[in-house]
Amino acid sequence: MITAERKPFTEIKEMIAPYRKVLVVGCGSCVAECAAGGEKEVGLLASALRMDAKISGKELEVKEMTIDRQCVYEFIDQLTGVIDEYDIILSLGCGAGVQAVAEVFPKVHIVPALNTKFIGETKEAGLWIENCRACGDCKLGFFAAVCPITRCAKGLFNGPCGGSRTERCEVAPDVPCAWQLIITRLNNMGRLDLLRKVQPPADWSKQQGKGPRKIYRKDQRT
Amino acid sequence: MNIESKLKKVLDRGDFAVTAECGPPKGADPDVVKSKGQILNGYADSINVTDNQTAVVRLCSLAACALLKAEGLDPVFQVVTRDRNRIALQSDVLGASALGIRNILCLTGDHQSFGNQPQAKGVFDIDSIQLIQTVRQMRDAAQIMGGEALTKAPHLFIGAVENPFADPFKYRVARLATKVDAGAEFIQTQCIFNLNRFRKWIELAKDQGLDNKVYILGGITPLKSARMAEYMAKQVAGMEVPEEIIRRMKSVPANKQRQEGVRIAVETIQALREVDGVHGVHIMAIEWEEIVPQIVQEANLFPRPQV
Repeated sequence: MITAERKPFTEIKEMIAPYRKVLVVGCGSCVAECAAGGEKEVGLLASALRMDAKISGKELEVKEMTIDRQCVYEFIDQLTGVIDEYDIILSLGCGAGVQAVAEVFPKVHIVPALNTKFIGETKEAGLWIENCRACGDCKLGFFAAVCPITRCAKGLFNGPCGGSRTERCEVAPDVPCAWQLIITRLNNMGRLDLLRKVQPPADWSKQQGKGPRKIYRKDQRT
Repeated sequence: MNIESKLKKVLDRGDFAVTAECGPPKGADPDVVKSKGQILNGYADSINVTDNQTAVVRLCSLAACALLKAEGLDPVFQVVTRDRNRIALQSDVLGASALGIRNILCLTGDHQSFGNQPQAKGVFDIDSIQLIQTVRQMRDAAQIMGGEALTKAPHLFIGAVENPFADPFKYRVARLATKVDAGAEFIQTQCIFNLNRFRKWIELAKDQGLDNKVYILGGITPLKSARMAEYMAKQVAGMEVPEEIIRRMKSVPANKQRQEGVRIAVETIQALREVDGVHGVHIMAIEWEEIVPQIVQEANLFPRPQV
């Protein structure tokens, strides 16, 4: 999933300061799963904004709304007819959601309430871990399903570096060395031979070749 | 113009090589580099110039190498892949050769979070092993990555580093083998304070015949104080300083600790000369280059061969 964290309250307040009518829009997908931008978080942020306005004697109307996906037109369309009523839209979607909504409503001022973080997994309650950089050229098959681009701080294809001690990364002692994990898993599978070959440099054009990437599927077009 | 690397000539003759590290200044002063070069002149066969080590901004390695070259020294151009993509790296390789620099040491580099620009974007377009392979292809096939031909190939003796003290230990030799396969011709190791572990590592390397395929130079760092020993043991990534060395440094009064550090360095060099498969030493006297002549003399490695 795409993970996110809510921005500090003061930053959110600053962005909406000149406005009187705010629509807080949540997203029911990834950011709801990581407890950053779902219906519950929309409610919490809206209440906090109302309370803050009351304390500071500011007139502020806050409306809450959560759609299933802010990144798919069919769901964004639910905002039609509502969105124009507000001075500003505070989106609790990821970066893709904020931009998709903005594109549908060219005249609406929309600002992000979240910082989009990474593609990752829910490791345990309250802990999300990054494990994919969407490089566009998955090589997990060579690396025992441990991504060195994401999980090695130096993104080494031919690791480990000289800084790995006691199975920990030199950069942050709470991070396991990705290459230790790769070697251990390959060893368990009896496939350490995969490391004998020098891995060629990555083709970064698949990640950032010519501006934003797109997937075009003729069979999906209607 | 010096056509061949002095380091290569010394090693090819079978002499025990001495290289020393020169850290460029945190400023634009060429005289700092030149005077460090003059201190080391005659005591080391070749001088390594670090490339923004520990991710701290310093005068660039290529310029410092050119300054040393002009002083008549044989520089080893250290290059990390942390700060430059493949376009810049290959361009610098050509530039170094054009300036008459004859040695290159390929590294990935310390992570940017350790330095004075922790908000920098780490490039890591390619890794050290891919850089070794690239330089080798540029030199031997006169081709850049992707196969496009060069009008003239760079002329460089190609080195890499290895850390016998990092984990996983058994894999360190496999990694050395990969570096040799990629095209490394000489290896400079991380500082050696644990001779037993180093000896185990070199035995494993010899089992694979690697000592006949690559020149190995053992890393030496003289300790300035007991505090430095403790700092290196705890704070420096990939460094192993055994308790016994720290105890030994602590056992002498503060004003004698530098001498003790030199003594340990000299003893380590002497021990390494007895280790089969070791072809030389690489002395990294951190901001203490002026001690190198004394270490080289006391280790009976002076005078250096005239090649």
